[in-house]
Amino acid sequence: MAIEYLIGYFFLSVVIVVVLGLATSWVDRKVTARVQARVGPPWYQPVADIVKLLGKETLVPENSRAMGFLLAPLVGFAAACVAAAVLFGSLMSGQGFVGDIIVLIYLLTIPSIALMIGACASGSPVSVLGASREMKMLLSYELPLLIVIVTALMRSGGDFRINSLVAHQAANGWLLLSISGVIGFIVALLSIQAKLGLVPFDAPEAEQELMGGVLSEYSGPALALFKLTKAMLLCMLPILLGVLFLGGFHFTGFSILWSILKYVVVLVLIVLIRNTNPRLRIDQIVKFFWGPMTILAAAALALAAVGL
Amino acid sequence: MKATLWGLKKSPWVYHVALSPCNNCDIEILDVLTPRFDVERFGIKLVGSPRHADALLVTGSINRHVLPRFIELYNQTAKPCVVFAIGSCALSSTMFRDSYSIVGPVDKVMKEIDPNAIVAYVPGCPPKPEAIIAGVVKALKAL
Repeated sequence: MAIEYLIGYFFLSVVIVVVLGLATSWVDRKVTARVQARVGPPWYQPVADIVKLLGKETLVPENSRAMGFLLAPLVGFAAACVAAAVLFGSLMSGQGFVGDIIVLIYLLTIPSIALMIGACASGSPVSVLGASREMKMLLSYELPLLIVIVTALMRSGGDFRINSLVAHQAANGWLLLSISGVIGFIVALLSIQAKLGLVPFDAPEAEQELMGGVLSEYSGPALALFKLTKAMLLCMLPILLGVLFLGGFHFTGFSILWSILKYVVVLVLIVLIRNTNPRLRIDQIVKFFWGPMTILAAAALALAAVGL
Repeated sequence: MKATLWGLKKSPWVYHVALSPCNNCDIEILDVLTPRFDVERFGIKLVGSPRHADALLVTGSINRHVLPRFIELYNQTAKPCVVFAIGSCALSSTMFRDSYSIVGPVDKVMKEIDPNAIVAYVPGCPPKPEAIIAGVVKALKAL
C-alpha cells in the first residue's frame, strides 16, 4: 500500500471517530437527562466544552513533574488516534492485517495508563489515590474482557483479524445467537462500562469523594485532550462490542442504517446501566470482575470450545 | 478569541465555594443544580475541582479564617473565570459587618486579590433558584 493511502486512512478514521465520539457523548448526556425527566444540553454542548477548555490557561501545580504531567494527555490522545485508525481502517477497507485485534486491545489500554502517569506526576494526593484505583480497575476488568475476546475469536475460526470476525458472522449468523455469545456479550458489556469509567465503575474519578480524582489537577487544553480521548473511547468500544458479537458494521447501501441501529442500541444499554446503578467501592469492583465475571467468561470459553 | 468566548458562554462549569455561610444560600444553589431547574440546558455543570471551573459560586461573609483558603482557591482556578457573589452576606456582610472577624464583602476582597477579576452579584437572603439562574444568564450576556 502506498504511504499516502495509509496517511489518508489515518486522518479519515481519526476525524470520523472524533466527530462520532463528540456526538456520542451528547447522546449520553441527553439520554441521561431524559431518564431524569430533564430537557438536557443542546447538541453542540460537547463541542462547546472542548472549545472552551482549549481557550483556558494550563496550570501546572508547583510540586508536580511538569514533563510527565503535560505529556500524559498527548500520549493518551495519540494512542486513541492510532486505535481509531486500526479499527476503522480495517472496517472500511475490508483488509486489515493479521493480529490487528491484538494491536487494538493494547492500544485501547494506553489511555488508562496515560491517565495514571499524569495523575501520579501531578503531585496531588487525591490524584494519586485516583491513579491507584484506576490501576486496580485496569487489572480487574482486563481479565474477563480478554477471555471473552478469545471466546469470540475461537468461535469464528481462530483468525486474529477484525475482518475475519465480521466475515464469519456475515456467513454463519451473529455470535450473540448462541449460549457462549450471550454470556460473552454480557461480560464484555460490563467490562466496557468499566473501561469507559462510567458510573457503577467510576471510582477513579468519583466527583463527590475524590474531586475528580485522576483529572483533579488538570485544566485547560490538557483536560480537553483527556475529555476528547474519553469521547473517542466512548465511540470505539461499542463498535468493538458490535464487531465481536453483533455481526460487525458495514458501510454500503442499506446496511449503513442497520449498523447505526446496532451502535445506538449498545450505546443506550451502556447509558441505562450508568443511570440505574450506584457507584461501587474499589474492592467491590475487583471482587465483581475477578469473581462472577471471570467465572462467566471462563464458562463461555468452555462452551465455545465444545461449539455451543 | 471569539470561539473561546462562545465556548465559555455556552459551557460555564461552576465550583461551589462556601465561605462560612449560614447554609441557606448553599441549599438554594443545590436546588438550582437539581433536575427540576435543569441548568444543563445552558451547559452549566457542577465540577469537583477548582481547576476545571469557569465560575466560582461564593456564599457567605468572608472572615479571617477562610480568607487564605479563598485566595489559594482563586489562584488555583484556571483563568478566565467569573466570581459570583451569591446572597446578601457575600454582597455586603449584612449584620456581621462590624464583627472583629469579618474582612469584608466579596467584591472588596476580590479587588485586593486580583484587580481585573470579574464579579457578578446575586442579591437575596437567600436568593431564589430563579434569581440565581437569572443572575448567571445576565453575567454571561455581559461578558
